Amino acid sequence: MNIGTLLSELFTDTVGVSLPRFRPELTLVATIVLLLLCRMLPLLRRLDSGLLAFGGVCFASWYAYADFLGLGGLPGDAVVASAGGRQEIFGGLVVFDSLTAFLRLILTGFLVLYVLLTKLSGIPDREDGADFYALVLGSSLGMCLMASANHLLMVFLAVEMASVPSYALAGMLKGRPASSEAALKYAVYGAGAAGVMLYGISLIAGVLGTLQLPAIPGELARVLSAGGTGGSAMVLCLGGLMLTVGLAFKLSAVPFHFWCPDVFEGAAAEVGAFLSVASKAAAVALLVRVAFGFGVPAGGAESAVAATVTALVDVRHFIVYVIGLLAAITCTFGNLAAYGQTNMKRLLAYSTIAHAGYLMMAVAAAVAMAAAAPAGARDAITAVAFYLATYLFMNLGAFGIVALLRNRLRSEEIAAYGGLIQTSPGIVVAMAVVLVSLIGLPPLSGFVAKFLVFSSLVDAITAGCERPLMLLLLVVGGLNTVVSLFYYLRVLKVMTFDPLPEDRVAEPFPLVSISGAMVTGLVVPVVVFGIFWSGLYAAAQLAGAIAS
Amino acid sequence: MNAAVVENAAFWPLTLIVFLPAVVAAFLSLPLVPKAREEVVRWITLGTTAVVFLLSLWLAVPQLFGPVGPGQFVLGNPDMQGVVKLPWIEAFGIEYLLGVDGISLPLVVLTTFLSMLAAAASWPISKHVKAYHVLFLLLESGMLGVFVSLDFFLFYVFWEVMLLPMYFLIGIWGGPRREYAAIKFFLYTLLGSVLMLIAILMLYFTSDVGLLSDEQLIATHVVSPATAVDEIAAIRAADGAVHTFNLMALAAIGQLPNSPFAATTVWLDTSLETWAFLLLLIGFVIKVPVVPVHTWLPDAHVEAPTPISMILAGILLKLGGYGILRICYPICPGAGLSLAWLVCGVGVVSMVYGAFAALAQTDFKRMVAYSSVSHMGYVMLGLGVWSAVDGQEYRWDFWAQGVNGAMFQMLAHGISSAGMFFMVGVLYDRVHHRNLQEFGGIFGKMPVYSGLAIAVFFAGLGLPGLCGFIGEVLVTLSSWNYSRVLAVISAFTVILTAAYILWAIQRVYLGAEYRGPHEEALTPITPRELSIATPLVFLAIVFGVAPQTLFQYVTPTVNQQVETLADWTRDVHDGTRKLLVAAEHAPADSLRPAARLHDLAEREGAR
Repeated sequence: MNIGTLLSELFTDTVGVSLPRFRPELTLVATIVLLLLCRMLPLLRRLDSGLLAFGGVCFASWYAYADFLGLGGLPGDAVVASAGGRQEIFGGLVVFDSLTAFLRLILTGFLVLYVLLTKLSGIPDREDGADFYALVLGSSLGMCLMASANHLLMVFLAVEMASVPSYALAGMLKGRPASSEAALKYAVYGAGAAGVMLYGISLIAGVLGTLQLPAIPGELARVLSAGGTGGSAMVLCLGGLMLTVGLAFKLSAVPFHFWCPDVFEGAAAEVGAFLSVASKAAAVALLVRVAFGFGVPAGGAESAVAATVTALVDVRHFIVYVIGLLAAITCTFGNLAAYGQTNMKRLLAYSTIAHAGYLMMAVAAAVAMAAAAPAGARDAITAVAFYLATYLFMNLGAFGIVALLRNRLRSEEIAAYGGLIQTSPGIVVAMAVVLVSLIGLPPLSGFVAKFLVFSSLVDAITAGCERPLMLLLLVVGGLNTVVSLFYYLRVLKVMTFDPLPEDRVAEPFPLVSISGAMVTGLVVPVVVFGIFWSGLYAAAQLAGAIAS
Repeated sequence: MNAAVVENAAFWPLTLIVFLPAVVAAFLSLPLVPKAREEVVRWITLGTTAVVFLLSLWLAVPQLFGPVGPGQFVLGNPDMQGVVKLPWIEAFGIEYLLGVDGISLPLVVLTTFLSMLAAAASWPISKHVKAYHVLFLLLESGMLGVFVSLDFFLFYVFWEVMLLPMYFLIGIWGGPRREYAAIKFFLYTLLGSVLMLIAILMLYFTSDVGLLSDEQLIATHVVSPATAVDEIAAIRAADGAVHTFNLMALAAIGQLPNSPFAATTVWLDTSLETWAFLLLLIGFVIKVPVVPVHTWLPDAHVEAPTPISMILAGILLKLGGYGILRICYPICPGAGLSLAWLVCGVGVVSMVYGAFAALAQTDFKRMVAYSSVSHMGYVMLGLGVWSAVDGQEYRWDFWAQGVNGAMFQMLAHGISSAGMFFMVGVLYDRVHHRNLQEFGGIFGKMPVYSGLAIAVFFAGLGLPGLCGFIGEVLVTLSSWNYSRVLAVISAFTVILTAAYILWAIQRVYLGAEYRGPHEEALTPITPRELSIATPLVFLAIVFGVAPQTLFQYVTPTVNQQVETLADWTRDVHDGTRKLLVAAEHAPADSLRPAARLHDLAEREGAR
């Protein structure tokens, strides 16, 4: 094969196949370039970078929406039946399937709401706007790649691409020492985790000879059925655990969560919202990709060779236990630690950690059922996708309210919210809806998400897949829901039961305002998706089709 | 399509009963109603609860409103009536499935009635009036939703919807230790409901409506009569199990000889049925409450404002008993049979413990709260007396007597305990203390009030001729056949009950003169208070003299359920019929000619 044909094949693959599937990301790239260009040219500098970013993300989300619709609409369609319309692009580095499309829709949809929110809350100011939005969009680009990674090298690149701009974002409030400290902590911790992950990837590459996720199950089966000569099984375990470190860092899973509360407290609430929603969604999707990539032969269990299937039972067992135990610890620790917090952003940071735990439980259930009960695995991935979609509104709502209240109260301490019901009842009701949804009480969407996660665990139990661990996770998840009641309700208690602080400038926050409309726009879906969740569930099922 | 019309005939009545309060609450929370017009808010709330009460009467006593129309309750029909069935979440087979029978309908009417009285009793609330009434109406919607929903998911949603309004109602408008009481109430109940959720999911994922016969599928409303043929064909053709949240279908599946709930083992070699029963039971007994999970009750009752105490004691406690009767026993009969001792045991323990604790109280309201623990113990005992099989003998009439007694006791306690809390509230509003030692001589100051109060307290005591007597006597009699020890203990508890109530009456109402604080405030009962107290006293007497007014609703359904379960017990003990039934349920069902199905569907539709 000469260079000429190689280049022409590369060209057709890139332009003909890959780039059309990459429109949302391309739009983000174009927006970043535009943002930076405008900053350089004196004439264009007067253009509001927020508007530019808003236009860009609107286009991106439009493309993401079109791609999602293009999948074939409702579940049961012929396209979906073939493992979520899977299509490898860019020479197999990236995969486009229903999970990619769903996650991109969530991420770009989040960006639209997010840019609006930041315009209203005033961080970033006009001066920092271009930098801020360029960083946010750059990081989101990495997150889109995380959700669609199909190659371990891509996994590493995507994680770094998502992380590095976030380090800068954490230090955005230049005047505040806490912000710089948060950025430094985040960067050092992130660099460490990335190094460990890269080492793990290289160990795996050394033993398996491939980094292509779909090729890994076959290679794993070959190495393991050969008896794991030369301690290769040991090396693989080690490599897998090191890879997990990198993922756990992005997920802020215990014990790799230490950066999370500090960064959330030090950075602006807006940055917290970005890290807590977008970063979390991408990390969970990446976890699904890697876990399924290692444990489940692509194209469903039936099509794989029998030897591969038997060898992979142990691999899946290992993966399920690693994810499941991490989930149990993360969930419990997050909820217990949140109990003592006095700063609202710190409390939400621990709440984010706890919710990562619930999400990982569903991932564990999905991997456990991947071979024995593919329908159950599909439902579990659906639960994850649904959870992420509702989580977007709940957490963006919570952080949005914190940011908007900060502008009025000049504080993010929970104690400062005392007696807020007397001056701004509307915002308290909105906060109540969001927090109660985070607890997981009906009829709010947080309940449905939790219901779906628990039902995937019970499904695994009744199907007899990893029953002891799934029982443990079910009990841990249930008890954690009760524990979490304490600290979410404490915020509501302060807002409603406690008297107004004496030194407080009573500035009312009416819901009939632009900010109020924004908050309402975030809170209404939390209620609506809690009662009429058939449509969202059908969309999530589309994403879940990758497991069938 | 005539059949479909008949099936959803009760759509508007039932939907309005459940959602009208919530809709009005949403309307009130809009800025349309100015905050300062507190009277308007109060009257709107009272009007709403009155309309809902009338709606429930229209459903329950059609004679009052002219000839019986479709959707109204037919006395003597033990089956589920006025069933409303609409799809909600099709991916999980979750439905908007409502209906009433002899067990739920009296409780629905009790709820609407007490809510109306409690709305009237809310007049003295002066803090954040609008917010209070919004939460109050949301609470009413939640309670009514629990009683009428027949879909387990919907049931759970309503069950949880009650929690938050109640938390705020206790936490904002309560007494000095309100925050502690509110969070304690919330935590206990949420723990129970999380366990319930786990049980719900376990039952859902093990259930398979394909195991039911065609008749059962129509009778349990899994399929609509109008489209029964197609729907049954779809169920038979499904390649996996068809799961369901339908409570009636779950009960039918649980009572099959080859019940998947009994056949599946989850953990520790114990069947799923037993685990589900235990988890559900814990969830429900926390609400009842029984010793040792009762500790939230005295705190919540004492700290809650008077109308909320009335609702708590009058209705919320009944939700637990209702859940056990509607869900635990029919769905998990095997576990119910083997764990009957547990239900009866905790019932008797709370009966005795509650009575002794009430005897020891110096706070008037706390005493009444503990009396609820004691009285609800009778409900547990009555529900648990599984005496269908007594050695070799087969008889279910004692058990039916116990369950009927328990149902009556729930309704009677709803009247008497709400009345007692209201009477305490009337005194508290005047003198602002509840210390039993500082009362005395109220009879001299407020004769009309004292007369009514003593009548209500006697009803709580269980004096013959008042409502408290019937339930206690039936439960005690029926438990004799199950365990003589328990029967003797529960009979003796009546003496303790008499002791604490008579002693309280003596310390509060009798005596020479009142020597406590705020003597000047002891003004005679107001017309508003009188209009709340009189209906309660009236009903306490009516139900005591003519218990048939309630039993005509309760007995047909309870007897049918008990008889079905008793038949089931006999089958377990005597394997012969089991084989027969198993043969009947063989795949022959699927070969049955469609014409016969048509007949069935039409017969069901015509009803």
